[in-house]
Amino acid sequence: MDKSLYKNIWVYVETTEDGIAKVSLELLSEARKIADAAAEKLVAVLVGSDLDAAVETVCDSGVDEVIVVDAKTYQTYSTDAYTFVFAQLCKKYKPSVLFMGATDNGKDFAPRLACRLNTGAIADTTELYYNPETKDVEWTKPAFGGNLMATIVCDETRPQIGTIRRGVFKIMPAEKKQDVVITQEDIATPQEMIRTLVKEVIAEKATKDIKIEDAEVIVAIGRGVKEQEQTAMFAELAEMLGGALAVTRPLVDKEWYTAKCQIGQSGKMVSPKLYIGCGISGAVQHTAGMCSSDVIVAINTDASAPIFGVADYAVVGDMFEVVPALIDELKKIRQ
Amino acid sequence: MAIILTEEQKELKALIKEFMENEVIPYAQEYDERGEFPEEILKKAHEMGLGCMNIEEEFGGSGLDNETMAVLIEEMAYGEAGVSTSLTVSGLAYECVRDFGSQEQKKLIAEAIVAGKYVSFALTEADAGSNAGAARCSYALDGDEYVINGSKAFITNASYADYHLVFATKDPALGVRGLSAFIVANDTPGVSRGKKENKMGLRLSNTSDLHFDNVRVSKDMLVGKEGLGFKMAMTSLDVGRILIGAAATGIAQRALDESVKYAKQRSPFGQPIATHQAVQFIIADMAIEIEAARLLTKNAAILKDKGMRISKEAAIAKSFSSDVAMKATTDAVQILGGYGYSKEYPVEKLMRDAKVYQIFEGTNQIQRIVISGAVLKE
Amino acid sequence: MNILVCVKQVPDTEEIKIDPITGSLIREGVAAILNPLDACALEAAVRLKEAYGGKVTVLSMGPPQAKEALKQCVAVGADEAVLITDRAFKDADTLATSYALSMTAKQLGEFDVIVCGKHTLDGETGQVGPQIAEHMDWSQVTHVMDMKVEEGKLVAVREMEDGREVVEATLPCVASVTKASYTPRYPTIKSKLAAGKKEILTLSADEIKNLDKERIGMSGSRTKVAKSFSAPTGQAGMVIQEETGEATGRKLARILHEAKLV
Repeated sequence: MDKSLYKNIWVYVETTEDGIAKVSLELLSEARKIADAAAEKLVAVLVGSDLDAAVETVCDSGVDEVIVVDAKTYQTYSTDAYTFVFAQLCKKYKPSVLFMGATDNGKDFAPRLACRLNTGAIADTTELYYNPETKDVEWTKPAFGGNLMATIVCDETRPQIGTIRRGVFKIMPAEKKQDVVITQEDIATPQEMIRTLVKEVIAEKATKDIKIEDAEVIVAIGRGVKEQEQTAMFAELAEMLGGALAVTRPLVDKEWYTAKCQIGQSGKMVSPKLYIGCGISGAVQHTAGMCSSDVIVAINTDASAPIFGVADYAVVGDMFEVVPALIDELKKIRQ
Repeated sequence: MAIILTEEQKELKALIKEFMENEVIPYAQEYDERGEFPEEILKKAHEMGLGCMNIEEEFGGSGLDNETMAVLIEEMAYGEAGVSTSLTVSGLAYECVRDFGSQEQKKLIAEAIVAGKYVSFALTEADAGSNAGAARCSYALDGDEYVINGSKAFITNASYADYHLVFATKDPALGVRGLSAFIVANDTPGVSRGKKENKMGLRLSNTSDLHFDNVRVSKDMLVGKEGLGFKMAMTSLDVGRILIGAAATGIAQRALDESVKYAKQRSPFGQPIATHQAVQFIIADMAIEIEAARLLTKNAAILKDKGMRISKEAAIAKSFSSDVAMKATTDAVQILGGYGYSKEYPVEKLMRDAKVYQIFEGTNQIQRIVISGAVLKE
Repeated sequence: MNILVCVKQVPDTEEIKIDPITGSLIREGVAAILNPLDACALEAAVRLKEAYGGKVTVLSMGPPQAKEALKQCVAVGADEAVLITDRAFKDADTLATSYALSMTAKQLGEFDVIVCGKHTLDGETGQVGPQIAEHMDWSQVTHVMDMKVEEGKLVAVREMEDGREVVEATLPCVASVTKASYTPRYPTIKSKLAAGKKEILTLSADEIKNLDKERIGMSGSRTKVAKSFSAPTGQAGMVIQEETGEATGRKLARILHEAKLV
């Protein structure tokens, strides 16, 4: 395969009823850097229906081009239609890279698309690097339960296709490009080609809770909390800071929380502005999920706890004493 | 562990270990505190065939020999002794029925146990204790039926059993020669269960009285012949004592493992206490005795599988292993110090659980009568 | 229903250690286990068999020791077990793996459903399922937490990030399952003993019909691992520790406030 025939960095911009998926915007920010390093164009690809508003937002995100496939067929995601559309687009435009969010849908069709194009797919990446010498993207992902990081390349074929976890990259204010080229592609997927049908969508019980991957402040608790009643003070702290309460795996195993609240290699990757870990020792599975937070505060009685290795503020003390005082003092300060 | 296991034994042992670690150990303390019978856990265990290990495959049982059972029961009791007791007692009743009962009786009891039902072994009485010959629970033939009257005490699984293997006497004056055994369905009119014992240890197992008030059972529920009850009970108890030896070894091994784990991390003087000879020697003694207990148990099991008389060997395995368990668990509490005495750590429970092994299925004093009797006769 | 389950034997990550110098895995002494989500996949398949009748076959690609994982599957409901093992399969990425598995599936018979675990503990890619579907040219449903067959179609409940979704898929279909409701059953003593005696069908690359050797193993792979390293740890920051926990908490509040973090 002549790799030089393949150019440009693509980002699949995923849209939902609530607009553009945050991870797609995170990817546009990071992909911009890679496009600049590679001296190639950054192209956003949108597939769905009624995409005008989304296209407008994307145009402001520093992209050079936008490709839009807008048809009723694509209103609801299906593996077959989306794989088909992207396969057509890739064959026509020959992108060098296709980035997608590691969302339910991204992870569903990225590998299938790569298989159809006989190229490589990399899943659940947490780090990207463009190697100017080889002109390959180096994709780093956790493996073996987060014990190991593996850097993977797709060095012989194009496009390089991969999914990236949400919350890994920050959305940077972008310089809007002049004359963003918007191309409408009319690709019809024959109905008989689509072998699945979404019969029903059951939304999770609506909660006002902030998702941990979106939260700017996270209060995290783990094994140190022995009784469920003890969680209240940590929830209170999270709420007063306008953040979310997150947990480590033992509390998910106890079924006090669902995996949606779990930070770590087997849970969510988070990068809030402020992370406060309470009584968390800092197993690598957990720290890998939160070490890109801007500021890390760790509260632990054990001064040798590994979490202090990544903490900006190492608070040595009993969380059941420290946290109530912290809450109380913050209240006083705010008054 | 210097014991050679077959591939099958290793695999089954690993299976039991996995089950105990995932399904039993995490919940044991709660059940222990409440003194609750863990029905849901036992149901899962029955589905795996852990309640019918000695029942032949033709009846749907697991068809294991005593040697393999000893390995598995040790592993079970390592995790939780009450659960291992609950799962083995029905099999003990079956031993009697298999050796002395009719084909119909075998089938009835075997299939009940395979289906996850419990069968109690109702021998002990409140006033008779270890002397089965002093039983007062009586039976008399009335037409085509036997009528049973009296009470049994400290009967494992009594509150949950669908069948009881009841030992009753024709005439207390006949002593052991008056005993006969009957299969009594729990729903027979006149059968009632007494209050559940609130025990010191083994609190996940159920122990209760049984009362029989003019309980009428048909003639074909007599197991074997009249007057054979004592012999049957002793044959069955020989196997029971091997399994008790195995369970006690498991408890002792757990005590050792918990002690070692703690001794390696506890460093009040800057060094782990495992580096102190005072602690090392306790651990060495535990290891010596546990290994001996395991080998005695295995020996008795192998002899039994070869069809030999094992009253002496089973009594030796039972009394030695249970004494070892009592000592090892007491020492484990000592090694863990204040934590050992606290319910936060598992060893105080081991100590409470271990005690009954010196008592039931014949106290260790009775075992010594059996042993000395056999030795003096040789 | 004729059901195929694809499983993998993986190192037990709870026991895993990384060589701090080379950054590679220390494999010695680490137990190999059946990938936990593959055990869920098998459970899902066995439940389908129990509901609709049929047969469950398990298939694995790996070294000869992977037979152990397959025997474990036989103990909990698989009727047949097949291992494809050959040096030629070594170093396969998901593309090459899914190709080899799909070619074997075609040879083994006509399946209605192929069930996979959502991902493996080692690679954690979740790509093999969808790629088998592509090689087979079948429908696929990922993140399945429950499924049944209705009017000749597979009706699956998907466990999504924001809820659940009921999807109907044409048969044959590849389903990759999550743990959610598929807690694997324990074997019974009898099934465990029987599994130990079960013959595992072993196939080499040459024994798989029409297998293109260029598409398996390393030559069939489109990705490669450039390097691996242990997960990073950072530098220690400012220590806050006062006489009492309470004083520590109050000091922390003031520091966070002054740093404009709260």
